[in-house]
Amino acid sequence: MSRNLIIGAVLSLFFLVLAALSFVWTPYDIEALDIPNKLHGPGGANPLGTDHFGRDILSMIMMGARTSIAVALVAVSIGMALGIPLGLLAAARHGSLLDELIMRGNDLVFAFPSLVIAILITAVFGASAVNAIIAIGIFNIPVFARLTRGAALPLWERDFILAARVCGKSAARISVEHILPNITNLMIVQGTIQFSLGILAEAALSYIGLGAQPPTASWGRMLADAQTLVSIAPHTALVPGFAILLMVLGLNLLGDGLRDWLDPRIRVARV
Amino acid sequence: MIRYALGRLTSLIISLFVASLVIFAVIEVIPGDPAAFMLGVNARPDTIAALRAEMGLDQSLVTRYFDWVTGLLRGDFGQSWTYKTPVAELIADRIWVSLPLASYALILSTLIAFPAGIYAASRRGGPGDITIMGATQLGVAIPNFWFAMILVLIFAINLRWFSAGGFPGWSDPLLAIKSLTLPAIALALPQAAILARVMRSSLLDMLGEDFIRTARAKGLSRRQALWRHAVRNALIPVLTIIGLQFSFLLAGGIIIEQVFFLPGLGRLIFQSISARDLIVVESVVMLLVFTVIIVNFAVDLAYAVVDPRLRAKT
Amino acid sequence: MSILRISDLSLRIGPVDILRDVNLSMNHGQIVAITGESGSGKSMTALSVMGLLPRGAVAEGQIMLDGVDILQTPEPDLCRMRGNAMGMVFQEPMTALNPVQTIGAQVAETILIHEDVTRAAAHARAAEMLERVGLKVAPSRYPHELSGGQRQRVVIAMAIALRPKLLIADEPTTALDVTTQARILDLLQELVREFDMGMLLITHDLAVVADVADQIVVMQKGRVVEAGPTQDLLANMQHPYTRALFEASSHQVQLPARSQTALLLMVDQVARDYPLPRKGLLGPRPNFRALHDISFQIGHGERVGLVGESGCGKSTLTRAILGLEDVQAGQIRLDDAPVFAGKRPNLAVRRKMQVVFQDPYSSFNPRHRVERLITEPFHLLDDPPIGLARDAAITKALQDVGLSRSDAGKYIHEFSGGQRQRIAIARALIIEPELIIFDEAVSALDVSVRAQVLDLIADLCRKRPLAYLFISHDLSVVRTVTDRVMVMQAGRIVEQGATEDVFTDPQHPYTQTLIAAVPQLPELSHATDPV
Repeated sequence: MSRNLIIGAVLSLFFLVLAALSFVWTPYDIEALDIPNKLHGPGGANPLGTDHFGRDILSMIMMGARTSIAVALVAVSIGMALGIPLGLLAAARHGSLLDELIMRGNDLVFAFPSLVIAILITAVFGASAVNAIIAIGIFNIPVFARLTRGAALPLWERDFILAARVCGKSAARISVEHILPNITNLMIVQGTIQFSLGILAEAALSYIGLGAQPPTASWGRMLADAQTLVSIAPHTALVPGFAILLMVLGLNLLGDGLRDWLDPRIRVARV
Repeated sequence: MIRYALGRLTSLIISLFVASLVIFAVIEVIPGDPAAFMLGVNARPDTIAALRAEMGLDQSLVTRYFDWVTGLLRGDFGQSWTYKTPVAELIADRIWVSLPLASYALILSTLIAFPAGIYAASRRGGPGDITIMGATQLGVAIPNFWFAMILVLIFAINLRWFSAGGFPGWSDPLLAIKSLTLPAIALALPQAAILARVMRSSLLDMLGEDFIRTARAKGLSRRQALWRHAVRNALIPVLTIIGLQFSFLLAGGIIIEQVFFLPGLGRLIFQSISARDLIVVESVVMLLVFTVIIVNFAVDLAYAVVDPRLRAKT
Repeated sequence: MSILRISDLSLRIGPVDILRDVNLSMNHGQIVAITGESGSGKSMTALSVMGLLPRGAVAEGQIMLDGVDILQTPEPDLCRMRGNAMGMVFQEPMTALNPVQTIGAQVAETILIHEDVTRAAAHARAAEMLERVGLKVAPSRYPHELSGGQRQRVVIAMAIALRPKLLIADEPTTALDVTTQARILDLLQELVREFDMGMLLITHDLAVVADVADQIVVMQKGRVVEAGPTQDLLANMQHPYTRALFEASSHQVQLPARSQTALLLMVDQVARDYPLPRKGLLGPRPNFRALHDISFQIGHGERVGLVGESGCGKSTLTRAILGLEDVQAGQIRLDDAPVFAGKRPNLAVRRKMQVVFQDPYSSFNPRHRVERLITEPFHLLDDPPIGLARDAAITKALQDVGLSRSDAGKYIHEFSGGQRQRIAIARALIIEPELIIFDEAVSALDVSVRAQVLDLIADLCRKRPLAYLFISHDLSVVRTVTDRVMVMQAGRIVEQGATEDVFTDPQHPYTQTLIAAVPQLPELSHATDPV
């Protein structure tokens, strides 16, 4: 167990616990405005201070963790659930028209950064957390499809696959029995990295108003509110920023640590 | 080489075609009646009818798509509903902020990442490597728009070296570049962190290859082998990332423009979204996607320059 | 005068002893061969001489090259010596060259790095050197445009461009075909005489050693067990390991006589085409014909060999026989049923065939246990054994190949290469197929392990009639384990007949070349024990 793995796991777990805790308890109600108590610095009754509406920043960070994690987790799940089967299929039918179609489709999605997808969706359907999930999720599909195909192709060249074919097993069966178990580690590591990228993307979308809408708390939203206050109340910008930074750092360290622990030869793609 | 380029060109054209179909479908088909959507629920029927006529909605989908695409090819992006000016003019004004910003950031990112990645790889496991890797770990985790806010707080508000935002125009190029510097740094550093990590790991892969051992057997020192043999081979995966990063810089620019109040495509697109000016959104998105696809095409060509095996391939 | 003298060389990497007290010396114009099985330390000895040891390796003793102790020389001086005073040729010509530089530039680099000459002069000398090593392609070519043998010539040109005193060749022909091997060995011998170099030849192939070496050094587990002039050593082997090694290299097995004669596999006028990339953007796709008019038969219980060099179509033929790919002309029938049945395989035919592959490391899914690995063919049965019957089948299959029941719960990485090939044979035998294809099944093994696996195959033939197609590039192995042999060249079978007839009296010129190219082990000074 490396130091990376431990620090990463602790940081990630910390935010997961914060998010889980927010379902049963937060220090203050974040929907209750307390204008007279606005822009308090950290310390005292509000350990992390209050924002321009006098809301408790710690409570908002807890609620925001929930939004961030939920959006990123669902988006990564969409990417995995669709991307991995597509990648397996493309690898199993390597060189066929189907493979070509899947790969060109991937290239096409890559031409639409998740922000652009979000813009398109928002332009028509309006901004919401669900649309942020869809935008990030769509972008994750080709990430996993490419990675799966790339890892599966060399496996398909191995003799044990030929042995399985000699035993009459179908491509689908081989994909599930032989390919999938050999790429699981890679998917876990990449999944962690995509999770962290999802947190960043959610924050960015909320920041520009294309993600979660008020009153849903979100770290990106908090930063957007803090922008004009940065010179008079820097803590309103620093606290959510550090929350994002630490959560993402934790997940990245966890991903690297898992890689070193599971299989140091794993190559993750990071874009 | 020519066949390779032609092959890539074909897929470029196909990508552009499909991308345009997707964008057209999302903007002009999904909302039902775009004119009614753009005018909102309280619009009077005759206003909607006027807009429908103006947008050519009385024609068939195929004709409308065809008109839109041929218009794009002629540089005619249509007429903005809210600004009442040609979309092409709106874009032309703003692209001179967004494109230089993305390019500036890409140059910065490459200039930082290449030396950092090469240095870290050549000192693998040493204190320099560990420091650089630690810094990139942070760089990867920082949200660029927050980093931008911190930069404003430090360099514009406290130190007053730069202005906190706005863009003075290109009449004074030095001043223009200065006002793009903080945004470019904010965009570039997180990308540089990623690029440096890719450069390092790609180089370390190459250093394990047989041909490096051959080079060492010829009498090249470790460093000579790294520079003469590993770097060029390591560029192949690095180029892929650079290509992908350009699209992120362009899109990320939209966000950074918000932080620095830059009059770029990002501002245009958000104003258009809130004004439901779909024609502008459609054109700007198409332009962004077009740029990304062209950059990827350029990266494909760069591969062939780096790797002779691709030149031979069909 | 000796140009290279290694005295009491010991090498450790971490806590592991790699080399212990290695001694050898070499004169100008001499070829000294270090031989031994994998893990004997022969390659590490070579890398020590080059001063290219892996990180963390600690060497003691002395390596004197032309009066300089390599182990005491600082790195910058070693750089000046490498490529200049000593050159090295490696095993894998496919990966030894930089893919993005022309071959001329790579040879010229040796000159440019050591001598103060102009670029043009270096390139001119590089071109000369490429010509000297018999390469008939332009220096402006890239490595991927060359064959393995051609690339090895480029590597040799790089190593000798500055006429070093010492040339180290680490398994220089192992990755090459036998006819290419013969030509490369000829070239190396010529160069040694012409340049009056010393050559340190590292090879596991004793026949090559006996053919070209002036001195032999036999290593085992990091120690030199025996050394001496080639003729003396061959005539009078002192150490039991040396003796065992030479015996294993010319290992003979006794196959039982065939008991049946009925027809099993019929391959009739088979052709196999692969589509090539289009010529133009829209032009027609030309085809590459990998198999031409292949016809042969294998009877029940018959042992047939197939020899040929890489790219001759052996693997294509294997895939066609196994029914994994369709053929474009002719037919392949097993027990009178077609082996290829479209998308959905005909299990009734498939269960009569199994295959054993070359690479014991890629033949098994690393995530499955042995019991799951060897029972994979049960998928072919309509009514696979379950419960106790399955356990019994696993136990029997493992015991048949000399392993035990307790190995069933292990993962494949817990086994050595030889044991893995035994497991591969167990997997092939578990459903008692009529025909087994051994696809270079012993080629990756050390000679002593190879001898054991060959014995196992002969043993299995005695237990029950077994028909197999034994595909190998190693003629001596094919000779001992087959009744009949086929010779394949460029997608055609150019000769087939009873094994002994073909080997003693080859008819086709290609067969003659092939047999002549195989380096011969000398008759050992004592009789080989009968098996």
